[in-house]
Amino acid sequence: MTITEAREGPVAQQRPLEASKPSRANRSFAGLSTGAAATILIVLAAVATFLFVEAWPAITDSASLSEHVGWIRPEKGESLIELIGYLLFGTLLISAIALVLATPLAIGIALFISHYAPRRLASALGYTVDLLAAIPSVVYGLWGAIVLVPFLRPFFAWLTENFGWFPLFAPDPVTGLASPTGRVALAGGIVLAIMIIPIISAVSREVFLQTPTLHEEAALAMGATRWEMVRMAVFPFARSGVIGAVMLGLGRALGETMAVYMILSGGFSYSFGVLQSGKHDTIAAYIASQFPEANNYGVSALITMGLALFVITLLVNMLARWIVSRRSEFSGAN
Amino acid sequence: MKIAYRTGALAAAAVLSLSLAACAAENEAPPSNAPTTGGGETATSLSGTLNGAGASSQESAMDAWRAAFQDANAELTINYDPVGSGGGRTAFLDGAVAWAGSDSALSEEEYTTAQGICGADGAINLPVYISPISVVFNLEGVSTLNLDAATIAQIFDGKISTWNDPAIAALNDGAALPDLAITPVHRADDSGTTKNFTDYLEKASDGAWPHEADGVWPTSSGESGEGTSGLIDVVSTTPGTIGYADSSKAGALGVVSLQVGDTFNAPTADGAAIALATSELKEGNGANDLAYSIDRTTTEAGAYPLFLLSYAIVCQAYEDAEVSANVTGFLSFVASAEGQAAAASAAGSAPLPAEMSAQIETILAGIAGA
Repeated sequence: MTITEAREGPVAQQRPLEASKPSRANRSFAGLSTGAAATILIVLAAVATFLFVEAWPAITDSASLSEHVGWIRPEKGESLIELIGYLLFGTLLISAIALVLATPLAIGIALFISHYAPRRLASALGYTVDLLAAIPSVVYGLWGAIVLVPFLRPFFAWLTENFGWFPLFAPDPVTGLASPTGRVALAGGIVLAIMIIPIISAVSREVFLQTPTLHEEAALAMGATRWEMVRMAVFPFARSGVIGAVMLGLGRALGETMAVYMILSGGFSYSFGVLQSGKHDTIAAYIASQFPEANNYGVSALITMGLALFVITLLVNMLARWIVSRRSEFSGAN
Repeated sequence: MKIAYRTGALAAAAVLSLSLAACAAENEAPPSNAPTTGGGETATSLSGTLNGAGASSQESAMDAWRAAFQDANAELTINYDPVGSGGGRTAFLDGAVAWAGSDSALSEEEYTTAQGICGADGAINLPVYISPISVVFNLEGVSTLNLDAATIAQIFDGKISTWNDPAIAALNDGAALPDLAITPVHRADDSGTTKNFTDYLEKASDGAWPHEADGVWPTSSGESGEGTSGLIDVVSTTPGTIGYADSSKAGALGVVSLQVGDTFNAPTADGAAIALATSELKEGNGANDLAYSIDRTTTEAGAYPLFLLSYAIVCQAYEDAEVSANVTGFLSFVASAEGQAAAASAAGSAPLPAEMSAQIETILAGIAGA
């Protein structure tokens, strides 16, 4: 009875609206909304065109590039394409470190806030996490370079001493030690992880909170413990959302400039020794570092690197989309 | 009555405003005479906008120059964009700025390009800023070390890897050198400081330095810091490190005294000026061009050959009379004893030798008169 009454009310009011032809307000709103959607496509196309046009001289004329740009040195195995290779490797390696460290922590934080913490603590924690996401990256970079890196040095030295046999923690082949300054890929990865934790956990928390209460109560009614309930009801439902959150974090890690720029002693190699300095660098940080003194040729070469990063970021996002769409069929999200 | 009173008031007002105008004219005259010593025209104060761009090494000195010069020429706006030497030269050659600050002189190719902007006489390099570069290190209890260029080259090349190496000990009798690994730190970015440092190592180390002078560090490995402040930060937070930076930024770090002849000289402004005085002009300079080939191997008493020389790059002739007056007026002040003293106190640079200041002012006067 009450349901039918409630339904009839709005329907009765809507009928005249549907009958009349689309109003001007309706059409102009549709136009505005389409325009907004088109703008983002236009901007994307403009960026891609800019990158292609500006990078073209560097892509086509490698001879004058090595002549006019100090840091392009084909004779030392550092031609533009080789540099991009090293830098892409460094970018992906450091982002991967950040993701590996950040994901479990961020999901733990999100789960605690959504399912374990008392309500008052949960909302306070939620605010704090959102605040962390708002801190500018240059602040993280300064803090990382001045406070965190010196603090991590003894830990890095301990890692190479005790786990030096593990390829990731291998000591520098020349000195036989971890980097004395601590300005290494792992330090960069740790700071990036701290930067992306708020993003991943904020999104994951919202997804966890969407889990249908009925699913959770059903699991508990079957005699599941809290952890089993989370595993059986929350995780399957939230999986695609969490993957989306992780990909958001990865996007930020890939493009992050200032933090890496300030923390890493850059260099070029395909080494997995994340405790050795002067072995890795990221595209964004390298562009920031070389841009101030670059001439026209140098700028073109740097933009080519930017183009490479743009393409990689697009690929990563497409991969993430694909994973999310594939996974969603199996989750309860649909 | 009323009318008479009014005329009286009008007359008084007219007299007053006339005398005020006279005052204003008198007030304007002296400052315009003082700073534009180089220019042929002394009657008017400089006005308009003067745009320059280039080396970030000149930035703190530039702030002092700009403030002092604008005090005397309130109508003139001076802009300096510290985009870096390469960016500054590019902007100059594109005609975007009237002059460029640069840590290295124009290349052959750039001279030719400059003729398109400046006319047949092209552009010239005028030294305006000398800054000694210190080799700095972080060793507890050691505040100075004596080193020669060959030893420094081997340290930065990784051939000498501990602080108590016999080569270092031999030059430093009695210094308490620890058995600690040496960590050389270089600049990560393309910089004039690196270029001058590697130039010194290449020329003064008797072949111990296997690389060529370059603004980009020759090897792509090792520890590095971004910019002068980044490098100083790494060195001051890590024991056992050694790096190089503008002397004015060395702070509390240990500083190396370089071997010059038979003595060891700490970096000083005077030492750099002495070393520049023994240097010769580059071969093949055109008329009025003061690009120097710095003598890194000088044995002159008191000389300190590791320094950065930064130029102002200007046209030999400007089409626009106002631009010409502004460029020459401002740079005459920069090169003058007063301007150099301002830079020395603001940026810790070394004042140009007096004859060189006079020479530059004469050249600028020639440009203003052209």
